[in-house]
Amino acid sequence: MSSMETQNVAQTPGNQEALSQVTPRFAETPAVRKKLLCQKIAKIIFGLMAAAMIVPLLLILSYLVAKAWPTLSWEFLVDVPKRGMTEGGIWPALIGTVYLVFISLAVSAPIGILAAVYLNEYAKDNWLNRIINLAVINLAGVPSIVHALFGLGAFVYAAKMGYSIISASLTLAIMTLPVIIASTREALASVPIAFREACWNMGATRWQTIKAIVLPNSISGILTGVILQVSRAAGETAPIMFTGVVFYKAVERGTLFPYYLNEQCMALSMHLYTLSTQVPNVQESLPYATAVVLLGAVLLVNATSIALRVYMRSRKKW
Amino acid sequence: MFVLAIFFFVFREAVPVLFSPDFSLKEFLFSTEWYPTSASNVRYGTLALTAGTFSVTALAMVIAVPFGLGAAIFVSEFCGPKMRETLKIVIELLAAIPSVVWGFIGLTIMSKIISQTTGAPVGVNVLNGAIILALMSVPIIVSIGEDALKAVPDGFREAALALGATPWQLVYRVLLPAAKNGLLAAVLLGVGRAVGETMAVLMATGHAVHIPSGILDSVRTLTANIAAELGEAPAGSPHYRVLFLTGVLLFSITFVINLSADLVIRGIRRKGRGA
Repeated sequence: MSSMETQNVAQTPGNQEALSQVTPRFAETPAVRKKLLCQKIAKIIFGLMAAAMIVPLLLILSYLVAKAWPTLSWEFLVDVPKRGMTEGGIWPALIGTVYLVFISLAVSAPIGILAAVYLNEYAKDNWLNRIINLAVINLAGVPSIVHALFGLGAFVYAAKMGYSIISASLTLAIMTLPVIIASTREALASVPIAFREACWNMGATRWQTIKAIVLPNSISGILTGVILQVSRAAGETAPIMFTGVVFYKAVERGTLFPYYLNEQCMALSMHLYTLSTQVPNVQESLPYATAVVLLGAVLLVNATSIALRVYMRSRKKW
Repeated sequence: MFVLAIFFFVFREAVPVLFSPDFSLKEFLFSTEWYPTSASNVRYGTLALTAGTFSVTALAMVIAVPFGLGAAIFVSEFCGPKMRETLKIVIELLAAIPSVVWGFIGLTIMSKIISQTTGAPVGVNVLNGAIILALMSVPIIVSIGEDALKAVPDGFREAALALGATPWQLVYRVLLPAAKNGLLAAVLLGVGRAVGETMAVLMATGHAVHIPSGILDSVRTLTANIAAELGEAPAGSPHYRVLFLTGVLLFSITFVINLSADLVIRGIRRKGRGA
């Protein structure tokens, strides 16, 4: 194609008639036309590929919501499952998920943030830290079911915590930790080095610099990362199904503190799995409604984090 | 540290079975006979499970890679800034959908569609699992692929455009060769996610432990097998230990995949710094 173009270009100046005519300066040669056609086709194909990802998603979501609509109500949220889980609401699962998420993040967020501060602000580039980095990256890629095996072996049996909320939360904490470390490091690294140098030049110690300059400037990024892990922890099923979450546990309708930490609990994600595969003759819209509640909660949390990020970016002064 | 801890604890539960007289590692890796609860003829061969994992992952990648890379190219090169922001947010939300919800979609919606359009007796099979896994890994491929395309220096783009290239010529003559490694890493991370995925494949692929003969066969993957049987295996029994050993196998597979993706990305960074 490129050789054709050179030919065309070479011919044009020689042709006096063509120059004198009123044709626009850069007339479309066949090669250019072909080029532009290719461009159009490529753009349409890639656009369709992007659309092929989004359209089914919207269809699926609307189908889920339509199926769930008859059951979705406040009553559904605060009621307990009835008649062998074939009717009723999802309160025990909902509150169980809240427990698991908060305890796991109460563990993983402080450790993760401190580890990231150390790695980003103090650690030198030696082999130990390189290994830690590598470990953090790979830990994020460990399959969730392997986390389940780890939780079962380490917390349930080795640490003798038994099947309990605390074992399940710790398993989730281990799972969310590497991602929190990674996102916090990214937030810390986005604070310009000049800010730190200015502070050091004023005679501040490293810790004073971190406290007064680095953390305040990166707090939104850190929060975004932590919030994202709320939704991840809420959605995971495999790591908790063998460490402390059960199919069914009777609790009172609408109570805020139904569980002790050394007890087992229900969780939304597990409840959806149970309803759709283990319970026969379930009222048809019930699993759909559970799916919609879980999905709604997760997407809401994610949307919050995205909104926070966009807002903070618009306020960024450098 | 934590990686070692995880490996240690998973391995600790698995080790005793390695030294028991009835167990051979060769059989574990290369036999297709998986009868963990049989009374007379107990067999722990994971080949069928490994084949399940690889068939589902391979088909998922056949679907996801063209769409993922195509969407990445579109997002990075062919659309305006407003559309790009919107698409990126949608992709992020897509990545956030919990796997159990994907599994539920596979079990209810997708299986109905598949059994109606293909006439397969059961809708939960390799194809179903692959479609679900493809939908799950596309967001990763798109976001990392887009990063890789963005990492190509703007000077390359400006040079190509100044020569009169259209964006499409720019993409396949300049960007694809330049971002080759980053796109490879994106695909590898997508594979890693697909191999490690548990709940979605547990619910969407059916439960037949055998080597699949077609894409409408039901299979069981390594991950789904652990999830399905760990609850039934009494703690400390050989069955329980073999499941942990399966975990070790799975861990090793994903570790190798993630490590190679990481090395590929790191290689790019070093080259970028040198230039």
